[in-house]
Amino acid sequence: MDTSAPNSDATTVTRIEVEAVNAPEKRNLYKAREAIYPKNVHGKYRKLKWFVLVLTLGIYYLIPWVRWPRGPGEPDQAVLVDFAGSRFYFFAIEIWPDELYYVTGLLIIAALGLFLATALFGRVWCGYTCPQTVWTDLFIAVERIIEGDRNKRIKLDRAPWTADKITKKVSKHAIWLLIAMATGGAWILYFHDAPSLAADFFRGQAPFTAYFYCALLTFTTYIFAGSMREQVCTYMCPWPRIQASLTDEHTLQVSYKVDRGEPRGPHKKGDGWEDRGDCVSCRACVAACPMGIDIREGAQLECINCALCIDACDDIMAKVDRPFSLIGYDTDANVELRKTGKKPRFQFIRVRTIVYGVALVIVAAIMVATLMTRATVNLSITRDRTPPYVKLSDGAIRNAYTLKVVNRDNIERSFRITIDGIETADVTAIGEDFSGENDIIMAGGDGARTLRLFVTMPPDAVTTSSMPLVFSATDVVSGETAVKNTTFLSGEK
Amino acid sequence: MTVSENNNEIDDFTGVETTGHEWDGVKELNNPMPRWWLIIFYVSVIWSIGYWVLMPSWPGLTGYLKGTREHSERENVDVALAAVNAERSVQMKQLLSVSSMTEIERDPQLLEYSMAAGGSLFGDNCATCHGAGGQGFPGYPSLVDDEWIWGGSLDEIRQTLHFGIRSTHPDTRLNIMQAFGRDGLLTREQISDVTEYVLDISGQDSDAEAAARGAPLFAQQCTSCHGVDGRGNQALGAPNLTDGIWLYGGDPSVIRQTIYNGRGGVMPFWTDRLTDEQIVALSVYVHSLGGGE
Repeated sequence: MDTSAPNSDATTVTRIEVEAVNAPEKRNLYKAREAIYPKNVHGKYRKLKWFVLVLTLGIYYLIPWVRWPRGPGEPDQAVLVDFAGSRFYFFAIEIWPDELYYVTGLLIIAALGLFLATALFGRVWCGYTCPQTVWTDLFIAVERIIEGDRNKRIKLDRAPWTADKITKKVSKHAIWLLIAMATGGAWILYFHDAPSLAADFFRGQAPFTAYFYCALLTFTTYIFAGSMREQVCTYMCPWPRIQASLTDEHTLQVSYKVDRGEPRGPHKKGDGWEDRGDCVSCRACVAACPMGIDIREGAQLECINCALCIDACDDIMAKVDRPFSLIGYDTDANVELRKTGKKPRFQFIRVRTIVYGVALVIVAAIMVATLMTRATVNLSITRDRTPPYVKLSDGAIRNAYTLKVVNRDNIERSFRITIDGIETADVTAIGEDFSGENDIIMAGGDGARTLRLFVTMPPDAVTTSSMPLVFSATDVVSGETAVKNTTFLSGEK
Repeated sequence: MTVSENNNEIDDFTGVETTGHEWDGVKELNNPMPRWWLIIFYVSVIWSIGYWVLMPSWPGLTGYLKGTREHSERENVDVALAAVNAERSVQMKQLLSVSSMTEIERDPQLLEYSMAAGGSLFGDNCATCHGAGGQGFPGYPSLVDDEWIWGGSLDEIRQTLHFGIRSTHPDTRLNIMQAFGRDGLLTREQISDVTEYVLDISGQDSDAEAAARGAPLFAQQCTSCHGVDGRGNQALGAPNLTDGIWLYGGDPSVIRQTIYNGRGGVMPFWTDRLTDEQIVALSVYVHSLGGGE
């Protein structure tokens, strides 16, 4: 946008015939949706939105194709949710199903990040990065390129069906469907090796689930971004309802500066600006709004804070030679300050943002710490319960244990199994000569080794009904150890 | 009261026509259905018609309408089971290809497989008598301790599983603990003396005089199977009488009852009911319960 200096021969602004069709009093559950024809705008927020659109869609469509070599027998896809192999790969991180708490932590971080961003900047998630916003924005751009801007689209929709109209409509829906299919197609690539699945997909040899989920996301993308658009945000999404509790009077929101704009009214070229507000009632903000609302009505549930009305209004302000940002990022507190003649200020550090920020840092620190110290060996012990103990012919007592040594590394490792707590016990194992120095078992890479162990105590060594027993598995090379406590039961009183 | 074109009352507060229905003064507004609801309703109607055509839907007198896809969950389960069994049979065959069964226990993969297969077979076929963990009950041998009547090696367990004990199979393991009292081979007094002798050799409290009287009777009647020292003989299926493990119980009254009436517990043969591979897996599982020799 051209931030030209105020000039004297400002043009008269014409009023756009547009109504805020998505305002609560205009909506009705019993009638058809009234179409919204967002007018294209130019400006810094529009540029920022294009940048975010390219970035987020680029990440979404291309990430499955990024390779990350992990060695033989392991998938080389950087981001992969491998349900069949029950592993989740994220670059250098590999998560097993029993480590799903890492995903939980990631979701908590995402939620806290969303809370913090909302408390600081209002609905930036909705306005810039929400998939619904991004794909709708893309679909509207396609619509504009094929059918023209707002006025041409309205005219085309009202026009009778001619060859030209059919061509335009068919090509628009065809491109929408292509984008939707690319979206569904990219989704399935996150769950299988991308190059081989893509090849199978086009050869018709991919599994049914691949086609099903591709079709499902094609359908939802096409419907949500093509025909439902603002209705998804207004009716379906819970976030507009939740976000009200996360914001306060210091939260940045896309606002019409009512103290500066009112009283509004048309302005003729050459008229003065005394005893009136800066709003010239041109309705450029309403015409630009993809949600079909009038931002001048104040903060609204329907507003996704996409900031396109800021660009639209700034364009007009330049024409009528008034300062920018009649509509801009502002806070409720600043409106009050200006009304009392005080200087507006932005207060980003508040109890709310400190709490969200600290919580975010703590959870992130815990996550990083647990990831850095993630164990690559796990030990689990199941003691036989039927029977809890066995009395042998010579009166000795035996307990049976099933050990599971989980090796999360990709190479085969040797583990020394040690049992502490009972010195006089005799230990045997199925399939292993488990005595003296032969207490080492091998566990294959990225797998588990199960071992059935028997601990036998001579009759005179049994003193109590339950004795503590500590099993440990130690990597003979690295020394990494996993420890598990269990008991030895004897039935003695 | 205002009245609508359809001659229905119009609610003053909302300005909406009522249906004319009234319950305790509460009147029903005649609002139209919301559009989203109607759309879902009509889509569901269309969906159901497609479903009737494609999928099994209507019951008939002798069967049901199968639908053009002839979808059948029953057949799907059969197909899925056949696929699983085909996959399993590959691993199952490996269990028969080893030269000795100890090889299975030495191979972690084969062992894990046998334990999984054997475990479910044990639960289905054996646990009823031998207990869920193989702990046994009076009359049903424990499989987790170190006393075996017919032998506890992998091969002996396999043999027992194949042909049973006192079963109807011609190759069954067979022996007889005679009913010494009921058949008049020993008098009641003699049985009491032998009982005291058995209590004595198994290390329990006994009447020394009676035990001394029972010793020659034991030598005469029992040693052919249970051995001169009473330690039993696995080849004959004769239990060891000198240790702390008893199949029916080691109390004087139970021992007396055993000698008087004899014993003849039956283990069925499984060679017809389970495959050779399954019996191998089951043998490995039973061997691993803890009692295996």
